[in-house]
Amino acid sequence: MAEIQIKNVAKSFGAYQALNNINLTIADQEFMVLLGASGCGKSTLLRIIAGLETATSGEVWIGGKRIDHLSPKDRGIAMVFQNYAVFPHLTVFENIGFGLRMQKRPNDEVKRRVERVAGLMHIEMLLKRYSGELSGGQRQRVAVARALAMEPDVILMDEPLSNLDALLRMEMRAELKGVLAESKTTAIYVTHDQVEAMSMADRISVMHQGNIVQAASPIEVYRNPSARFVASFIGNPPMNFLPATPAGAGKWQVAGQTLDGPKADKPGLHFAIRPEDMQQAESGLVATAKIVEPLGAHLLVTCQIDEALFRVILDSDTVVKPGQTLTLAPQADRVRWFDPDTTLAVA
Amino acid sequence: MNARVLPYVLILPVTLFLGLFFLYPFVLVAKQAFGSQEGWSLENFREVVDYWKFPISLRNTLLLAAAVVPVQLALALLMATMVSKMQKGRDLILYIWTIPLGISDLAAGIIWLAIFEQSGFLNSMLNGLGVIDKPVNFLTYQHPGVVFLAIALAEIWRATAIMLVILVAGIGLIPKEYYEAADVFGASKWKQFTRITLPMLRPSLQTALVLRVILAFEIFAVVAALGGTLFPVLMGETYAYQFDLLNSGAAAAMALIILGISIGFTLIILRILRVPKGASI
Repeated sequence: MAEIQIKNVAKSFGAYQALNNINLTIADQEFMVLLGASGCGKSTLLRIIAGLETATSGEVWIGGKRIDHLSPKDRGIAMVFQNYAVFPHLTVFENIGFGLRMQKRPNDEVKRRVERVAGLMHIEMLLKRYSGELSGGQRQRVAVARALAMEPDVILMDEPLSNLDALLRMEMRAELKGVLAESKTTAIYVTHDQVEAMSMADRISVMHQGNIVQAASPIEVYRNPSARFVASFIGNPPMNFLPATPAGAGKWQVAGQTLDGPKADKPGLHFAIRPEDMQQAESGLVATAKIVEPLGAHLLVTCQIDEALFRVILDSDTVVKPGQTLTLAPQADRVRWFDPDTTLAVA
Repeated sequence: MNARVLPYVLILPVTLFLGLFFLYPFVLVAKQAFGSQEGWSLENFREVVDYWKFPISLRNTLLLAAAVVPVQLALALLMATMVSKMQKGRDLILYIWTIPLGISDLAAGIIWLAIFEQSGFLNSMLNGLGVIDKPVNFLTYQHPGVVFLAIALAEIWRATAIMLVILVAGIGLIPKEYYEAADVFGASKWKQFTRITLPMLRPSLQTALVLRVILAFEIFAVVAALGGTLFPVLMGETYAYQFDLLNSGAAAAMALIILGISIGFTLIILRILRVPKGASI
């Protein structure tokens, strides 16, 4: 059992507050992704869990044991680094077996475990090579194998795929997900790539300015963002926003249209909808098409509603010309509302 | 200018300089060493090697190198590790530690002579503490061990910093992530030093050791100041052939022997500390 509990963890570097009072529980064998832009504190949080950084305050528990005062090697963790940190002076075999050697495991056990994980990562034929003779993707595999060889309770990964090219990244993404599911370890994975986060995670923690804004399943984060930041960070293109004014109980005026909305006593809200949740209809929001981008699978149209830019994804067969007026109806159950003051979602 | 020609044009001045002031004199020395009245011969080499002082000076030079260089290596590694771990005042400490580099080797010898001679600091101190009741002349043939120790100490004091500077630069090149990985995978600080720092420092260790070993075989002024004729070394004998015995053929032969030893040790060091293909940072 390796449930991870992060309790009131804060970290400041001098006057700079990198993490504000983080609370997060990661279930045993869960694949948790920490997602956020650079500087949001996701790597700092990972490094605190690893023991490479000390929290200013707060506690970290793994498997019911408080570990924040222990050295990294005593925490039952293994880590995959962004730049791989594959030791250049050791062969692939010795790199994968490094942790086991440090634990003074017998030679035959080291050999057995190294060969097993090398097989898992498809690098059996590289065991005698040095890292200078490997490609980026192969080094990445060595770094993952080195972590798996430890059979750790928890694997920590710091942007492990960010140095690979796009195609390789996609391939490794699927492979990593499979290998980690099989190894039954709890995984924490730091990335700024939302596609990576969506495709790999059991749960995503979206981080912003040292806070966890939302921690939920990928589809929940996508469908029901808890705050405007999440709505505009997740999704490519992100959610559209338009200002809404009250028009009676549960009714809101959006760009000249009256829509059903929350019964909130507010002077104004933000109406939000994903680009793919709009359809051309008889009546709806009136928009002027500005830029039309055929993307093969669908058509991305950037239009203008009042003063605001608004993106819709339409069927690829649709014919739209710049300057054309579109009437767009939002899919009612996909409309979300945000409070402009708190930026939080309003139900 | 043609991009293919430009590099050669740019290295031309230094090539000419080295050719004129290094290669040409070297050829002259070699000619002198192998020359005699009857044309080419090994006569000069035979003469210097057969001389009774040759085995002694060879042994002394090697002994001194064997005593001094490992101590310097260990000290330089220790000091470099300490400096690299410092957050503040690192440059200041580095400057202070490298001060002896700015002193000529003869001056360094004289400084240590001022400590060890009969009216020197060591005698005053021992006298003041009551350990001895009258000044002792340490640097005589009765105390060969002290003479050796004094020379070794002076050399260690004078020339450790040259290795230090190279090793500090080398340690600075090792990415921090390797130590973090080592931390996570359970390597103690000592294991990190032996399994990460030392192997990854091989190129710098090569340079530092080659430079230091060559200088150790050329030791002259420190020995002259502290040991005089009590402690003959190869370079001192070369000097004696050239300026006391006015036998430049023999001096040239000695110079080539020292060069040969230096090249030999350089090859050994390069071989032992070689980095396998594909294993560099």
